[in-house]
Amino acid sequence: MELIVGIVIVVLLAVVIIGAYNRLVTLRQRVSEAYSDIDVQLKRRHDLIPNLVETVKGYAAHERGVFDEVTQARANAIAAGSAAPAQRAQAENMLTGALRSLFAVAEAYPQLQAVQEFKDLSENLTATEDKIAFARRFYNGSVRDYNTALQTFPTVVFGSMFGFKPSEYFEVTETAEREVPQVKFT
Amino acid sequence: MQAPAHLSIYDAADSNRRRTILLVAIFIVFIAVLGYALGDLWSGNTTGGLVVLPFAFGVSAVSALASYYAGDKVVLAVSHARPVTEKEEPVLHNVAEALAIGDGLPKPALYLIEDTAPNAFATGRDPQHASIVVTRGLLQKMDRTELEGVLAHEMSHVKNLDTRLMLEVAVLLGMVALLADWILRTMWWGGGRRDRRDRGGAGGILIIIGLVLAILAPIIAQLMQLAVSRQREYLADASGALLTRYPAGLANALRKIAADPEPLEVANKATAPLYIANPLHDAPRAFDNLFNTHPPIEERIRRLEAMG
Repeated sequence: MELIVGIVIVVLLAVVIIGAYNRLVTLRQRVSEAYSDIDVQLKRRHDLIPNLVETVKGYAAHERGVFDEVTQARANAIAAGSAAPAQRAQAENMLTGALRSLFAVAEAYPQLQAVQEFKDLSENLTATEDKIAFARRFYNGSVRDYNTALQTFPTVVFGSMFGFKPSEYFEVTETAEREVPQVKFT
Repeated sequence: MQAPAHLSIYDAADSNRRRTILLVAIFIVFIAVLGYALGDLWSGNTTGGLVVLPFAFGVSAVSALASYYAGDKVVLAVSHARPVTEKEEPVLHNVAEALAIGDGLPKPALYLIEDTAPNAFATGRDPQHASIVVTRGLLQKMDRTELEGVLAHEMSHVKNLDTRLMLEVAVLLGMVALLADWILRTMWWGGGRRDRRDRGGAGGILIIIGLVLAILAPIIAQLMQLAVSRQREYLADASGALLTRYPAGLANALRKIAADPEPLEVANKATAPLYIANPLHDAPRAFDNLFNTHPPIEERIRRLEAMG
C-alpha cells in the first residue's frame, strides 16, 4: 500500500517537473525565435541603407552631415549586433533617428521624390521599419511570457534549478534614452 | 490590457476547434437522416433507408473532410480570387508580412479579386494554410494604416481559427442553405405552375425534400448565425487593433467600406459571412435577416474608437 502511494507521488512529481521544464523550454525557444525575427529585419535594414544614401547623394550631395550621421549610426548598429538586446535596441534607435533626418532632407528635393529607385527604396525601408516594430513587439511579448513563467509557480521552483535565466526586453530603457543626445554627430 | 486579450484569443481558438467538430457531427447526422428518409420514401420500406444510410454517411464524411482540406481552394475559386505576387503589390505583401511577424505566424498566401468594391476575407484550416483575399477596390481606396487595420482583422481570424470554422460553415451549411433556397424557389415559381400528375413520384419526393428543407432552412440559418456570432467580429476587430496598436486604422477602413455602395459580385450567401463587412447590398429577400451575420458597422466603429 505504502509502496503504491510512494510510486504515485513520485510519478506525479515527475509529471509536474517534466511539464514545467518543457514549458520553460518552449517559452525560451519562442523568445530566441522571436529574436532572430528581429535580427533578420535589422540586417535587412542595414543592407538597404548604403543604396539609399547613394541615391539621395546623387541629388543632394552637399548634405554631408546627414550622410555621415546615417553611415556612422549604421556602423554602430552593426557593431552592436552581438551585444545584449537593450544595448542593441539603443544603437538601432539611433539609426532610426538618423534615417528620419535623412528622409526629412530628401523631402526638400522634389526631383528625388520622383525617382523610381528612391520610391522603391523608401517603400522597402518603410516596410522594414514596420517589420522591425512588429518583430520587437512579438519578441517583447514572448520575453514577458517567459519571464512571467520564471517568476510564477510551479515553474519558478525549477527555473533556477535547471539554469533558466530571464531574458532582456528589446527596448530602450529610460537611462539609455537619456544618453542619446550625448552621442550626436554634427 | 494585453494579457486578457491574449487569453481570449486562445480561448476563441479552443472554442472554434470544438465548434468545428460539433458542426461537422451535426452535418453528418443531418445528411444521414435525410438519406435514410429519402431511401425510405423511394423504396417504401425501411430496408431502402438502411441501404442508403452508409452512402449518406460516406458522402457527408467525405464532404466534411474535403471542405477541411480543400474548402479554402473552393472558396477562393468561387470568389474568382487569384494569387498576387510581391512584385505586383509590394505594399500588400509588406504589410501582411509585418503583421504575421507581429503575431509570430507564417505569412499567409495573398489573393486578389478584381472588383472595385472594397472588401476582404481570410480562409484556410490553420495559420500554416491560411490565405487572405483582398479586392482591387480595397487596395485602391485604403491608405497604408487602413490596409493594415483590415489585414490585422483578418490575421486575427486566422490566429483564433475562425477561418477553420467558417470554412466548414461556408461549405457545409452554405451548401444546405443554398440547396434549400434553390428548391424553395423552384417549388414557388416552377412547381406550382406545372401539372403535377405528369411528374409522378420524383415530383412528390422533390416536394417533400423541399418541405423538409423549408422547415430546416431557418434552423440552419440560425445555426450559421450562432457559429459566426457577432462577438467573433468584435473580437477580431479588437485583437486586430491590439496588434497594430492603432484602432483608428481599422475604424477608418470600415467607414470607407460602409460608405461604398457597390456590391461585390463574386460574393454569395455562403461566402458572405467570411468577408470583413457584408458584401451583399442587394434588395432584401426572404431569409435575409436570418443570414445577417455581420454586426452593424457603426457599432464596430464606435467600439474601435472607444479603444483608442
